[in-house]
Amino acid sequence: MTRLLRGLWLERQARWGLVLVAALCGLAVLAPWIAPYDPAAQLDLAQGQYLAPSTLHPFGTDFYSRDLLSRVLYGARISLSIAFLSVLVSITVGTAVGMTAGLAGGAVDRLLMRGVDAALAVPRVFLLLVVVALWEGVSVTGLIVVLGLTSWFGTSRIVRAEVLSLRQRTYITAARALGIGPRRLALRHLLPNLAAPVIVAATLGIGQIILIEASLSYLGVGVPPPTPSWGSIIQEGQQALAVAPWVATFPGLAIVATVIGFSLLGDGLRDTLDPTTR
Amino acid sequence: MIVFLVATLTFVLLQVAPGDPLTRASEITLVPQQVLEQQRRNFGLDRPVHVQYARYLANVARGDFGYSFREHRPAAAAIAERIPNTLLLAAAALVITFALGILIGALQATRRGSAADELLSLTSLTLYSMPVFWLGVMLLLLFGVTLGWFPAGGVVDDAIYPYLSPLGRLGNRLHHLILPAVTLGAVGAAATARYQRAAMLDVVGQDFVRTARAKGLRERAVFFRHALRNALLPVITLFGLFFPLLLSGSVLVETVFAWPGIGKLAVDAIHGRDYAVVTAVAIIAAIMVVVGNLLADLLYRLADPRTREAQ
Repeated sequence: MTRLLRGLWLERQARWGLVLVAALCGLAVLAPWIAPYDPAAQLDLAQGQYLAPSTLHPFGTDFYSRDLLSRVLYGARISLSIAFLSVLVSITVGTAVGMTAGLAGGAVDRLLMRGVDAALAVPRVFLLLVVVALWEGVSVTGLIVVLGLTSWFGTSRIVRAEVLSLRQRTYITAARALGIGPRRLALRHLLPNLAAPVIVAATLGIGQIILIEASLSYLGVGVPPPTPSWGSIIQEGQQALAVAPWVATFPGLAIVATVIGFSLLGDGLRDTLDPTTR
Repeated sequence: MIVFLVATLTFVLLQVAPGDPLTRASEITLVPQQVLEQQRRNFGLDRPVHVQYARYLANVARGDFGYSFREHRPAAAAIAERIPNTLLLAAAALVITFALGILIGALQATRRGSAADELLSLTSLTLYSMPVFWLGVMLLLLFGVTLGWFPAGGVVDDAIYPYLSPLGRLGNRLHHLILPAVTLGAVGAAATARYQRAAMLDVVGQDFVRTARAKGLRERAVFFRHALRNALLPVITLFGLFFPLLLSGSVLVETVFAWPGIGKLAVDAIHGRDYAVVTAVAIIAAIMVVVGNLLADLLYRLADPRTREAQ
């Protein structure tokens, strides 16, 4: 672990990614203590609407006179937790499917990979729109499950390819020759060697899910309204673009910073974990 | 094949979802229970699942995607009306994606390691990490609201459009098209530039480029005729990859700019609980992706003589 961190620190871009991600996660965790106001408090509906950024409200206020900085900070909590948990779901399913396909081979493999191809052909936002439309009023938990279950396709392909190449290695043949059963072989010998590509896919996946969750929330079908989410704040901000441009601007900057952070970190992890790409 | 699987997927989703099409529709229209039962029999919703599945597939194959309760007409009709707008936007975005991406990527490759190269790489990364709808909102803020150069949304100015000359109409359309198309094309352009840069650097190091130089060709001829042409091949494969991205993006961009295409239709349909339209749009989108992939294959065959001979 320390070796991994040192390796990351030595790469310029990965270092930036690490710093950004750590800072954002810190802000998200500490939001209740650093946020200057309650994100839902309507401070002064008469005179506090759409106040421009000032020392009192560094990011300004919105239509309901709520403090935007506090809302963006709490939005980080929501967006990051949704992203982390969804990725957990997606890499679990993706690894399971990929390993099954790679180990079983034959008809099972063809069936699974055909299904993955089909799923990848549907533009993701449309697929999510169908699901969210049919189960109207999705809760945050529901959203996590739905996002997780619609984003494992790429991971399963990577894992399958990795399993196919690992299967040819001598140590697997040796393990087979020793009479180790298929379950033990998969869990004890294959799985640990899959960790590197899966961790990279997960890190890059977090950034992607943050973008998709923001998109859904922007369209009004993501995180339900009273909860501040970056996407829905931008949607509210677009209504008042001429009056209060800051409302749409700041949450967007937060999204960009987060996604850049995770992709730099992901790329860095790939380079550090897999010496062959260096 | 893929379209069939997608249709199956939506059917499964429709089956698993709570309620059936009629209970969902009746939430808006308040129909008595007996009528509902009667209708359910009429629509065959009381039949076993496999019978319903076969009928659903047959309907989709015939282009029948169900009835839109919100627009009081078949879902297919509502979609057919909106498709030209989405195609126009997507085509414009594709042009921007490739024209800009190839140009920038090639330029970066010739000035590798320079400050301009670094800056452009950073811009690509930022664009790549940006939600497309936010880019749209920010462009709208800058060029629409602050500078007032472009209209805030829509396809044409409804108020003056009928009175314009043909040329004026074209101008009006273009004027409305630019911001959404740039928004939708920008992310793709960033990705293309990255690929183009890498492909150029790869090609420039190869023997035939050195030969071209050794023949005493001018640097411009080497660049355009030899390096750029060969470096285009990997970029063409991106064409197929961009299709799903482009359609997902169009849902958002159409919403930002109030552009009446199928993406906006799907979002409006969700808010109006018009499920036939939502699922129909998803299937249509999948068909468009498949067609896009075919196009990409054809293009590749045109561009690379080697694949032509191999056939």
